[in-house]
Parts: sequence; C-alpha cells; structure tokens
Amino acid sequence: MLEIKNLHARIAEDGTEIIRGLNLTVKAGEVAAIMGPNGSGKSTLSYVLAGRDDYEVTEGDILYNGESILEMDPAERAASGIFLAFQYPMEIPGVATMEFLKVAMNAQRKARGEEPLKIPELLKRVKEAAGSLNMDIAMLKRPLNVGFSGGEKKRAEILQMKLLEPQLCVLDETDSGLDIDALKIVADGVNALRSPDRAIVVITHYQRLLEYIVPDSVHVLYRGQVIKSGDKSLALELEANGYAGVIDEAA
Amino acid sequence: MNMHAQQPQRTGAETALLEAYDSRLSVLPGDGAVTVKRDNALEVLKAGLPTKRIEAWHYTDLRRLLTAVPQHDASAVADKLGALLDGSAVLPVLNGVSSANLPSVDGVRFERLEDKLRDGSFAPALEVQGTDDAIGALNAAFVADGYFVDIEADAEIAAPIELQNIQAGGQTHSRFPVRVGDRAKVTIVERQTGEGAGLSTSISHLTLGEGAEVLWIIVQDQPDDSTYLGQFNAALGKDSKLTLFFMNAGGRLVRQEVRVGTAGEGSDFQLRGINLLAGDTHTDVTMVLDHTKPHTGSRELIRNVVTGKARGVFQGRINVHQIAQKTDAKMACNTLLLSDDGEFSTKPELEIFADDVQCGHGATVKEIDHDHLFYLKARGIDEKTARGLLVKAFLAEVIEELEVEPIVEALEARLDQWFATHG
Repeated sequence: MLEIKNLHARIAEDGTEIIRGLNLTVKAGEVAAIMGPNGSGKSTLSYVLAGRDDYEVTEGDILYNGESILEMDPAERAASGIFLAFQYPMEIPGVATMEFLKVAMNAQRKARGEEPLKIPELLKRVKEAAGSLNMDIAMLKRPLNVGFSGGEKKRAEILQMKLLEPQLCVLDETDSGLDIDALKIVADGVNALRSPDRAIVVITHYQRLLEYIVPDSVHVLYRGQVIKSGDKSLALELEANGYAGVIDEAA
Repeated sequence: MNMHAQQPQRTGAETALLEAYDSRLSVLPGDGAVTVKRDNALEVLKAGLPTKRIEAWHYTDLRRLLTAVPQHDASAVADKLGALLDGSAVLPVLNGVSSANLPSVDGVRFERLEDKLRDGSFAPALEVQGTDDAIGALNAAFVADGYFVDIEADAEIAAPIELQNIQAGGQTHSRFPVRVGDRAKVTIVERQTGEGAGLSTSISHLTLGEGAEVLWIIVQDQPDDSTYLGQFNAALGKDSKLTLFFMNAGGRLVRQEVRVGTAGEGSDFQLRGINLLAGDTHTDVTMVLDHTKPHTGSRELIRNVVTGKARGVFQGRINVHQIAQKTDAKMACNTLLLSDDGEFSTKPELEIFADDVQCGHGATVKEIDHDHLFYLKARGIDEKTARGLLVKAFLAEVIEELEVEPIVEALEARLDQWFATHG
C-alpha cells in the first residue's frame, strides 16, 4: 500500500536535509511501527507523507497504492485516504469541532464523488465514534481542540480517523501526553480500525504504546534512514538495550 | 492682509456638487428655515472637500478620492429588498424616495421625512457638525427624504424595523431620525445598498430615552463602483444601552462615521463591526465617542478582512470628559490580511480628562495561520474552503456576541455570500 523509495527530504526554508535515503514498504493490513531517537526524522516523515509544504522532497518517491503522491497537495492526499494523526493537534479558535467534522467528512466525500452526509446520519456517526472513545459529545460543540487536555486532543484525532475511514493511517507520537487509561482507549480505537485493506504506521518514541497496538513490523529510523527492520521483538530489544546497540551495528 | 491661501481650483467632483445644488434646490422639499440650513451646508462644501491635511480625513482624502458625482436620476428604479430578518417592518427609500405606504406597528409612529422637510419641522436637525463634517454638509444640502421613527415609552417592539436605503446609480441623500422612548426596546436594521455607480449619503440620528435598549444593525453592501458616505449619530439617555453592529461588504469609496455620546449616567455603548474589503476599494470607519457622564461604559470590537488591493481605515476616538468618572472603555481592532496588496490603517485615540477611569485599546494585524491551514487541509478540506473556515472563525466572535440566533444566522449568510464572490 505504501512504498517509500530512497526518499530524500529537506526543510524548505533553510535546506537542511532531514530524510536521507529512506526506504520502507507497508502492506495493506499491516501495522508498522517506526521508532527512533529524538531528531531521527520521525515527525518529518509523517509531515512529508501528509504533504506539508515546509518540506521539499529532493529525491526518491512515495508510492501509495502504486501511484506517486508527491504532486498531490495535502487535501488531495487526505481525500485519497491518507490520514495523519498529529503529535500536536492544532487549536483553532472560532471553528466548532462539530462543524469542522462535517466540513471534513463532506469534503472527502465530495472528492470521491459521493453525496454529502445528511445531518442526522452525520450526528449518528459522530455520536457512535465519540462514545467508543469515551468522549463527551458536549466537547464537540467547543472550538476545535481549544482548551482540550493533551489526552482529549489525542482522542479527538482518533475520532477524526474513525470518522474519515482512511486507508493509510499515520500516527505521530499518539502516545505522548497520555496517561495509561487514555492510552488504552486510544489504542483500542486504533485496534478497532485494523483491517485487511488498511495500513497503519505508528510512529513512537517508546515501546509502551506497542504493548497495546501490537505491530506486525518494527523499523528503526536514525538520521533519516531506516537502519534496521524486524518484528515486534525488535521493539522489546530496543526497550531493553536502547538505540545505541542498533545504531552501532548499522554504523 | 489676507492670510488665507488662495482657494485651490475646484475638482470636477466639487464643481459637479455645486452645480447639482443649483439645479436641484428648486425641487428639494422644504423652504424657509430648511433652505437656510441647506445654504449653510453649501457654504461648508464651497470651502472644498476635506483633504488629508484635515486630521479627521487624514486616511481618506475625500477631495482626491471622490471622483464620480452622478446626477440624481428621477427615472431610475430601485427595488425593495427582502428583509434581513423574518417578520420585520420594512421602510424602503428607493432611489431617494420614501414610500407613502407606512407599516403599522403597535407603539411606533412612522413619518416620511419629506413631509417633515416640507413643513419645516426638521430644519433644526439639519445642522452641520463643524467644518470637517463633510458628510453632514453634503447630506444637509441635498437631503430629500427618509423616515422618522418614534417609539413610545415602555414599548417592547418584537418585530425588527428595517430601514432600507437603495440607490439606483444616481445621487441620493437620505436621513433616518429615530427616537426611542424611556424603557422601550427595539431592534433596527439599516440596509445600505443598491445597483450602479451611485453616490449615496445617509445620516441617522438616534436618541435613547432613560433605560431604553436598542440593537442597531447596519449592513452596507453597495456595488463595487459606488460611493457611500454614512453617518450614525446617537445620544444615550440615563441607563440606556445601545449595541451598534455594522458590516461593510461593498462599495468603491465608503466612509461610515459613528458619533456617539453617553449623555446619560449609567449608559452603555457596544460597537461591533466587520469590514470585508476586496478589490480596488477604500473603506473608512471613523468613530468619535464622548463619555460625558459618570459611570458609563463602552466596548468597541472591529474585525477586518482585507484582500485584493483594498484599503481600510478605522479611526476610533474616545473622549472621556472630566466629569465622566468611572468610565470603562475598551477598544480593539483586529485585521486579517489575505493579500500582499491589501492594507489597513488603525488609529485609536484616547483623550482622557477624568482621573478615575479604565480605558484601553489594542490593534493587531495578522495573516492566516499557516499551521491551521495545513491542519484543515490534512483532513481533506481544500485550500479555498479551509481559508473560508479560518476567516469565518476570525469573524465569528463579533457576530456570535449578538446572541440572537436569527440575527447571527442572517449575518453569517451574508458572510458566506461575500466569501463566495471574494474568497
């Protein structure tokens, strides 16, 4: 589903290269974990996948369902089924969460040539999804993410993911800022989305999240490259020995 | 020795105005005292339109900017609009002419202004407020019609009253004096619009009795080739409350003056305004607020969206008189710039002669937040829609504070309409 080939990407403003020849393949139905120390390029990778224009791809390609997405803008990528759960979801004053959900869901439906959802159907879907994440529906009347706690923001991200039903989910440090109860709820939400025709990329710093979202593959990112891939036992090894061993091995 | 500089040569617009006076005077309603007032106003105009050297007109050099002075065209046709709010009593002035068919509302008396000009009873109100009062002078010289609205004491008027001033490409000058009795409550909508490259002036005078409450909403959406010069005057009685909302969403050259005095102790003035500026246009909102009695309050919140090559101005002057202790006044003007060529000038002024007051002002200018835009796009919302959402979010606060659901919805619909053409 996702094939990243020799990807090089830099910060548009100052030309600093962050991703330096990254290769990664994630199949439909697979949950891939990307781990790595601070500054290894994890968040940059998530932004490059989502199409943020603060980064420039200088070499290589990203194929999604066999097609390059490099020329697509973020809205087109999202409408085609790519979803990024942000590490730091934006607070947007003045935009009610419910209104935002309606506009986003219908924008994606429109891009796929589907009719907009009628309000009762939309409300039903939102209520169901919010209920499964233990979210208070009253929260959705508030401006998007404004005044939400760290845990509420992450839950709101997963809520959006459930409602938008993407094919490729990229979760950037979704565990950061979560207490253990919230972590379980969020992980259950993600696990409920596991399906044979959906791929999930979980970017994380710690092994903890992977106890709840058990990955099919684990990839270690260091200095903008995948330096080692393995199964879930690789995550345990990293937890026990830190990144140093893997990094030395690759050097 | 004559110390005055030689009168500069008249501009085309100035000449056209003086000629228009000569040709119109015989058909304008009123004689005697009214004509004296018109002649006095003309003297102000003869001195020339204000330039940027006049402080009150510094950002809007009317002499330079007023280039088109069409003649009044009695044969032009303007159509009455559907009311902004359902169930309103509508009073249309079409191409400068009021309707003889006055609505019937309990507790309210309507009169055609033309009648009050003809019988001379309106003459005292045609006073020009100083030599800088170009709008007052223009309007006093040429005013032909409008409505007088008189709301009796203790009347709670459920149906909004909508004053429509619809130009049809020519020159029109209207007035709307409104008197609200003690403890009366009313919502008044003022529509300033039309079709064609008209020159339209409009002046309203509102007096609030003791404890009266008024919500006054001005929606100005003139076509992009017209000139609109408006003036809103209000005197607030003891413990009365006025909320004035304005939305400017059109016009090539627009100046909306707001002149308010808290004439009664304990009165409160709230100003909320939205300027939606696009194209190659110039829009000026100039407020002068006098706190003249103790224990009065005011809040002014102006939000501007500027795109294209539009230029906007907000001058907000608050005078706190020496006697006006315990005045509580706050003013904010925030601008969202959507284009490189748009500009907005803000000039807040506080002049305080009392020592026990709370006064403040703030102004900001920003662009659309890049991170917010990316977040919305990352959810599949296209660039134009995402920008629209963020602009509406920026303006939402000003509208939502009005709290009356049908009004909020009607104004948001106007926003959407503007955004559909200019976003």
